[in-house]
Amino acid sequence: MACSATAQIIQPLSINSARSVDNSDACTKTLSPSSFLGSTPRINKKLFAVNKSISPLARRPTTVFAVSSDVVKEKKLKSNSSLSNLLITKKEGLELYEDMYLGRAFEDMCAQMYYRGKMFGFVHLYNGQEAVSTGFIKLLKKEDYVVSTYRDHVHSLSKGVPAREVMSELFGKTTGCCRGQGGSMHMFSKEHNVLGGFAFIGEGIPVATGAAFTSKYKREVLKEDCDEVALAFFGDGTCNNGQFFECLNMAALWKLPIVFVVENNLWAIGMSHVRATSDPQIWKKGPAFGMPGIHVDGMDVLKVREVAKEAIDRARRGEGPTLVECETYRFRGHSLADPDELRDPAEKAHYATRDPITALKKYMAENKLVSEAELKAIDKKIDELVEDAVEFADKSPVPARSQLLENVFADPRGFGIGPNGKYRCEDPKFTEGTAQV
Amino acid sequence: MTDGGSGGGSTDRGMAGIGTQAVAEGCGWKTVAEGDGNYPSVWIFKNINADLLPTCGQEIGTLKNIENLEQGIRVIASRAYSSSGKEMTVRDALNSAIDEEMSADPKVFLMGEEVGEYQGAYKITKGLLLKYGPDRVVDTPITEAGFTGIGVGAAYYGLKPVVEFMTINFSLQAIDHIINSAAKSNYMSTGQISVPIVFRGPNGAAAGVGAQHSHCYAAWYASCPGLKVLAPYSSEDARGLLKAAIRDPDPVVFLENELLYGESFPVSVEALDSNFFLPIGKAKIEREGKDVTITAFSKMVGYVLEAAEILAKEGISAEVINLRSIRPLDRSTIYDSVRKTNRLVTVEEGFSQHGIGAEICASVVEEYFDYLDAPVERIAGADVPMPYAANLERMALPQVEDIVRAAKRTCYRSNSTTATA
Repeated sequence: MACSATAQIIQPLSINSARSVDNSDACTKTLSPSSFLGSTPRINKKLFAVNKSISPLARRPTTVFAVSSDVVKEKKLKSNSSLSNLLITKKEGLELYEDMYLGRAFEDMCAQMYYRGKMFGFVHLYNGQEAVSTGFIKLLKKEDYVVSTYRDHVHSLSKGVPAREVMSELFGKTTGCCRGQGGSMHMFSKEHNVLGGFAFIGEGIPVATGAAFTSKYKREVLKEDCDEVALAFFGDGTCNNGQFFECLNMAALWKLPIVFVVENNLWAIGMSHVRATSDPQIWKKGPAFGMPGIHVDGMDVLKVREVAKEAIDRARRGEGPTLVECETYRFRGHSLADPDELRDPAEKAHYATRDPITALKKYMAENKLVSEAELKAIDKKIDELVEDAVEFADKSPVPARSQLLENVFADPRGFGIGPNGKYRCEDPKFTEGTAQV
Repeated sequence: MTDGGSGGGSTDRGMAGIGTQAVAEGCGWKTVAEGDGNYPSVWIFKNINADLLPTCGQEIGTLKNIENLEQGIRVIASRAYSSSGKEMTVRDALNSAIDEEMSADPKVFLMGEEVGEYQGAYKITKGLLLKYGPDRVVDTPITEAGFTGIGVGAAYYGLKPVVEFMTINFSLQAIDHIINSAAKSNYMSTGQISVPIVFRGPNGAAAGVGAQHSHCYAAWYASCPGLKVLAPYSSEDARGLLKAAIRDPDPVVFLENELLYGESFPVSVEALDSNFFLPIGKAKIEREGKDVTITAFSKMVGYVLEAAEILAKEGISAEVINLRSIRPLDRSTIYDSVRKTNRLVTVEEGFSQHGIGAEICASVVEEYFDYLDAPVERIAGADVPMPYAANLERMALPQVEDIVRAAKRTCYRSNSTTATA
């Protein structure tokens, strides 16, 4: 891994050559924050001016740096020209496309079902952010851990939880991944190592850090062959929360195999990121704690994937955590109950043109990786999968009454049931220390 | 006063309305009667053309085939009075309370997530940012521990913060400040530092929001000395108690309920006055009765009132106490009621172990054991984190049938002694 004395901001890879530095200036103008009270244009410009010169603060001598690798930079130089050095193979491309399309189709179906009354409570949709989930999670093994927030449907799907189970869970049926007891915001799957689904933002970060701690512990104390990595997904609002900073510190201190993925979609319900944060550039918070901080265009799955490869490999090698800030956007409101009045329609329109699925399609078409027919076949397959998931969820039974009191404890009496069929702790010899436990 | 010209014969279709007489007459309504000085103005119009309904005013009833117009006027007028000038949603009640307190005292300020530009996560603080500006209606980043601490620090120095938690569940992230810096400060400093702060937000279960959004924290906060804990039910409660809480020099935890925000309650003219306060530490007897005392707070009061209706049909007269104030608990009202009825049922949404009902029952048994004719009953939520599935959620919360059954058990009227849902 290359080192340098200064914190470098990753240049976004210009895979799509139509994008250029000028475009990003244009988007600075359309996103003028004049409608916000208390935010200043100066701050907003900084947020989008990542292509510009390195800030003087970064030149302070520090022992740690925000780097991403020269590998990535080299690819950037090459990818503009040569077709033989594509970032993905056809197989990978189709996999990425399928996963992103599944995320999109599933969330759209959730919206439909919600308005038909089949889903209820709080439902937070992920439309527009698929590149982050696909870009990161498709690089993981089954044993790696993913921890998310309430916007967790697509993270679960990318990790491998079947669409049927997720949809049933949303309908509150007993065939759901949590048997209907968790709901939209609490997707857990032991088999696929999805550790939730948390309603409080910031709550998932310490949990993910703990999972990473387990991985390191298994390797170093239990001497198992374990190189599992934890990914924590959370948003821009969470980056002002104390738990985030506490975990950055501990993860860097103990070199835990974790990647902190910030899905910066610029909005926390109705609170714009620039209004809530003294320094909106989240990637900078990494080096402050001694880990690399990287900023990447979260609407481009290929860029995300490149950065993710680096970060995950770093963690697997035991070199410690990374903070990755993905600039992304949610096309829908915060939840299905959010009227979404505060966001500028021009901003929404701007990001709609950067739809990650269309961008990937365009890349694959331009580089002649796949044909239209193949993509359409995938679309059809996913649409049918989602329809099937809805039907399955519809037909599934609601939880039985007896389910209400189950699973409060793993073992209500402790020590389980003995070979004679009675509770071990009720064995008279238990307190004498002579029972077989 | 009646129109001597015609009685309300069966050929006349009459409608009653409260509204501007001139406007109504302009639409073709003919006034036949007016209310007297005791009632808000009521006019009864007859022979109206249904297409020419007045554009203002409120229809409060129809007279059809009323033989005696006078009788009709009395019926309508009394109905008009009981749904007096206004009905108000709890949301509007809270909004008006905060608004009035902020205009009365410039030291009062509002702090929380989405309280400003978003008009409040549940629209409780709508319009306040525009009225008072961003210095007094402060949108915070998502740092409960941080901004609660900031609020407490501000209160130490004489400002009066109203800290909103998007749900009281989120106050868990700030509970260190609520308990340790706010509740205990007056005691630890022997009265040198008082903390005139209000922590408010929706508490308890909503509809299908899962385990982490549905916990009721009334018992948690009510067990802490130094805090005052309030739980309004109706709009009048909400208004009066919030205004009292903001004026109170001690930390107050104000537990609202999301499902009540949209519900409309009649408010009396006094409640609309900007000097309307309700005392902290006094419960309200929502319905008088003589057979069994049922206590409840927040949303459960509505359920208990429904249960009381059902019980009345079966000959059991239930006295419904709306606690309003959980700490300090209005023990004397409860004791008086139990002395009268000799039976007690406590209802709450939270978990039963160490809950509000547990405290009330223990207290009554300690003091008035001899007055009890039946064992005390506690109705509470199921002892499980709130499940998401709709049918399980319904089972996890007390329903009207559970309350009715418990009341009947105390009156020895039920067939079984076990609780079946």
